[in-house]
Amino acid sequence: MTQAMIRTGILIEVENNLVKETSLGVMTAAAGHEIYALVMSDDVSVFKDKLAEYGADYVVSIKCVEDDKTSPDLVAQILVAAIEEYGFEALLGTAGAMGKDLFARTAAILGEPLISDCIEVDVEGKKVVKSHFSGKTFATLKVTGAMLLCTLRPNAIEPLPSSAEGQVISFEPDAADPGLMKIVEVKKDSEDKLDLIEASIVISGGRAMKASENFKMLDTCAAKLDGAVGASRAAVDAGFAPHTIQVGQTGKTVSPKLYIACGISGAVQHFAGMKTSKVIVAINEDKDAPIFSKCDYGIVGDIFDVVPALTSKL
Amino acid sequence: MKIFVCAKHVPDTANNITVAGENAYDDSDVKFILNPYDEYGIEEAVSIVEDKGGEVVVVTVGKEAATTSIRSALAMGANRAIHVKTDVQFLDSSLTAKALKAVMEEDGAGDIIFTGKGSVDTESFQTQYRLANSLGIPIVNDVSSLSLDADKVTVTAEIGGGAKQVVELSLPCVIGATKGLNEPRYPKVMQVMKAKKKEVKEIELSALGIDVFDKKITMEKLALAPERSGGKLLEGSVDDQVTELVRILKEDEKVF
Repeated sequence: MTQAMIRTGILIEVENNLVKETSLGVMTAAAGHEIYALVMSDDVSVFKDKLAEYGADYVVSIKCVEDDKTSPDLVAQILVAAIEEYGFEALLGTAGAMGKDLFARTAAILGEPLISDCIEVDVEGKKVVKSHFSGKTFATLKVTGAMLLCTLRPNAIEPLPSSAEGQVISFEPDAADPGLMKIVEVKKDSEDKLDLIEASIVISGGRAMKASENFKMLDTCAAKLDGAVGASRAAVDAGFAPHTIQVGQTGKTVSPKLYIACGISGAVQHFAGMKTSKVIVAINEDKDAPIFSKCDYGIVGDIFDVVPALTSKL
Repeated sequence: MKIFVCAKHVPDTANNITVAGENAYDDSDVKFILNPYDEYGIEEAVSIVEDKGGEVVVVTVGKEAATTSIRSALAMGANRAIHVKTDVQFLDSSLTAKALKAVMEEDGAGDIIFTGKGSVDTESFQTQYRLANSLGIPIVNDVSSLSLDADKVTVTAEIGGGAKQVVELSLPCVIGATKGLNEPRYPKVMQVMKAKKKEVKEIELSALGIDVFDKKITMEKLALAPERSGGKLLEGSVDDQVTELVRILKEDEKVF
């Protein structure tokens, strides 16, 4: 049986003039369908080839004043306008901070169901798989509304090239900001750090890091791996790391290709935030630490010996 | 100032979940708690009222057993509660939002509505947005700091990559609270006792004209997430172990 072509919009996220890897993965999730890659930019020429290579039948250049102070309510109105203009039966995005927020606003305006942070999606069957109960169970959900709205967990689906035409069309939405809120300032970290949720490699430190300055050791290793640094709740509560990098319940959920846990015992709440990682490596001095029973590879040893040694081999 | 806090009764994440049948779980042995993110909302609401006067009203949509979480919220200092009773744990977020809106309109509008940034059971992160939209008021989720002026609130919310945005919202508004906003207080015995006497108004979901079967998402299957069976421990000197690890990651796992 051939599959029905579903007209699918994909909200593309870009950074430093590049399409984010995570957005390419979302296109792969809808492979085989009629894909409209939606880019919030007047000029999509730098993105067109990449998007076509990963399966975009159309690259939609959405004209809007997009800067970091644009109200998410306006962007949600624009998405609603795009859905109406092109008659999408599905709209997919990335479950990062921005995508989760934007899709929730969009779904609320449309009154349509939304499933956030999916790990699998079947566009035609309007079915998705997502975690429930802090990652303890996977639920298969079927949407019976008019359209499928969902965000996918970053890195859940590996991007695969799937050549398509990538015909550029431009769209000038008729949308207005309801004016309910105003972004007055955006505070960035001093350094331009990789987004923890989207990173394909994450190295995290726990209580055994002993002090905040020791996280530099993880920064150095992460820089060599082109990865991001995370922390366990114990490390955050002890003041060694900011809450913005906490992995686990009451922190972030990550799903990288490689997760390296350094001096983390492996509480259930920590696993909630990283158990769908492809490969988990644990480094811990305590050979009885629970993390060793639920990782893929373990090194029993002092993190202050093992991590620098690892960094030097990369 | 009148502040609503939406609080959910959820399975403690420390529990083991037992799947029952195709698409349900057995909650008979499961300990339920007040959703951890909602505690930040309650703490913030109670602190504001302590400072500026007014009342904090907890609104919960949940099963009969949710009373225990409602009492926890009251023990933290909320003044009274409204419990919309249902028979199901997994209510569609749009139906939950409808129920919340209905009771808030009946009770009289609030100046601020706090929710947690999400619940730890279904993790769908959207009820608060649907509530705000239906009331026509602004929402910011994932709020880790807040200051209140006469007619507006200024909040800080994380937007990814470690960046944060500072947003001004007019009142009334919805705020999705997260860790960092405050340190939720731990109620003393005296407050727990007092909470038992506070008013909890009970309303059946059906009395609000909401049909639980009017949902647009159905759970077809619920299965335990696959667990790793135990890691392979590497052997030898630190140098040997690290060399082997790098080889495995490159050649076998191909992660870089």
